[in-house]
Amino acid sequence: MLAYAIRRMGLSLLILIVVMLAMYTMVFLVPGDPASLALGPRATPELKAELRERMGLDQPFLLQVGYFFGSVLQGDLGIDVWSRRPVLEQIVEVFPNTLILGTVALGWAVVTGILLGCAAVVWRDTWVDRLLAVLSVSVISVPSFVVAIYTLIVFAVWLNWLPAIGAGQAGDLSSQIRALILPAFALGLGWVGYLARLIRAAMLEVMEAPHIRTARAFGMSERRIVFGHALRIAIVPTVSVLAVGFGSILSSAVFVEIVFSRPGIGTLITAAVEKRNYPVVMGTVLFMTAFYLMVVTAADLLIARLDPRVRDVLRG
Amino acid sequence: MSFAADAPARRRNLGQALLADPMGLAGLVLVTVFVLMALFAPWVAPYDPVALNVKAKLLPPSAAHWAGTDHLGRDLLSRVIWGARLALGISITSVTIAGALGLILGLIAGYGPRWLDSILVLIFDSMSSLPMIFFALAVITVLGPGTTTLILVIVAVSIPGYARLIRTQTLTLTGADFILAGRAMGAGPARIILRHLLPNVVGPLVILICMDIPVVIMLEAGLSYLNLGVRPPAPSWGNILSEGYTALRQAPHVVIVAGIPLVLATLGFTFLGEGLRDALDPRGVGRRWT
Repeated sequence: MLAYAIRRMGLSLLILIVVMLAMYTMVFLVPGDPASLALGPRATPELKAELRERMGLDQPFLLQVGYFFGSVLQGDLGIDVWSRRPVLEQIVEVFPNTLILGTVALGWAVVTGILLGCAAVVWRDTWVDRLLAVLSVSVISVPSFVVAIYTLIVFAVWLNWLPAIGAGQAGDLSSQIRALILPAFALGLGWVGYLARLIRAAMLEVMEAPHIRTARAFGMSERRIVFGHALRIAIVPTVSVLAVGFGSILSSAVFVEIVFSRPGIGTLITAAVEKRNYPVVMGTVLFMTAFYLMVVTAADLLIARLDPRVRDVLRG
Repeated sequence: MSFAADAPARRRNLGQALLADPMGLAGLVLVTVFVLMALFAPWVAPYDPVALNVKAKLLPPSAAHWAGTDHLGRDLLSRVIWGARLALGISITSVTIAGALGLILGLIAGYGPRWLDSILVLIFDSMSSLPMIFFALAVITVLGPGTTTLILVIVAVSIPGYARLIRTQTLTLTGADFILAGRAMGAGPARIILRHLLPNVVGPLVILICMDIPVVIMLEAGLSYLNLGVRPPAPSWGNILSEGYTALRQAPHVVIVAGIPLVLATLGFTFLGEGLRDALDPRGVGRRWT
């Protein structure tokens, strides 16, 4: 287990280094000078030179990479070209908002998805099962930002039940919760369908197992079999899917945050892309990649702990 | 010994299976409608999609403008129809390029030397470890927004999934008896790859690509919505949504109208992809989720 854990974490670290190198090379190779692009056509040569120096662009490539890795190791993701604030500080400021949004979205998706998946198994091959199958595929494919805009029109503009923008007042928990409902709904909806399908498929496989047959022979009710015995096993494969899912939910969160003007990683990086604010964009991408790798690695280790067969995969 | 001889029979079954499955049929109909809309946009659209008419701005749906007009008085129905051309054009172009490159890289990884395979797999893994949107935003920052950047981004994020699928298929097939027999009879690597591997790995790739199209359409619309994709005034569905968003309270019909084709197109391609997969049932074709 320890050997597997070390190998798995080493792989993640290697991937992170490759990603960092690739990102840095990309900025370096780009035609055109980031400093003049950021300043616009009317910038004086002195201004450009000053900004280039501040961005470290006047150094040779390998030295730049070296500096970059060194400062990242010290937890320094660079300085915002515009506001002159440290990038990491800005990320740490808004990241909790995105994290809460993603967690709540995935949370309601998991609970609802499991319930619907179980319902499809209890009433399998009836109209309920077929309806749920069509609904699942439909909500999976609908883009979350369209759901976000439609729910915003209905619940915030027409019905005026919930706030349309922002993340609520600081310190006022009820306003924060109200501001969270629509974005979390829009973000999680697709995953409800996906998890419902996953649970249904895993469950149908488990339902063939001998101990389920025994339970049925003892006259146990279908509902107790599903929720009491089958679900416990069917839920294991969802753990790894959830880790990947969390990463993809943080990706889609960018759009949902923009629709609801909600402070978060998405609003931070989008504003930075428009202004070609390299340090903020690169810092945010690096931060999110590291976070995502961490979640996926942790999930892999958890699964290897639960299922010894997985540990052999990396050897093959 | 490829499956080429079985192909006609399988194709007929595929058509029948697709028509018998209500979801696959619905997908086929929706996709056909959007393809026709994209192909015949200049003839189907009642107005010029970029013609301004400020006197007629933000009109609700009426007999003259079936879907109303936007904040510059442009006819929304025409913009939505031309938007189909943009959405399908961009997504089909980029998945085709990505599919071809993924096929080549996957074959190299699966059939080439072990060390090359390890390097390629590490690169694929690194690429798929980047949360998709964040990678896209990084590339856009460097290259500047626009249609070319958009296609490049989509190609880059799609290649690893396709290459990995092809690699797995190739590795499985390389041990198969008919490949071993071919090699024993003195067939070189080029002949093995072109005559025996290629025909057998293309099918699953096509299904994966079809299931990827809704993701790509969403990515195009999403990035255009952020004003980082197709440049205005081009009528991308994402552009219409983002322009309509600013007039959300006075004229909600703009965003409502722009959202409908996006929902229907993604639904159509998803249903079609699911139908194709169920009809052919190749194992190992998953969907990209990040």
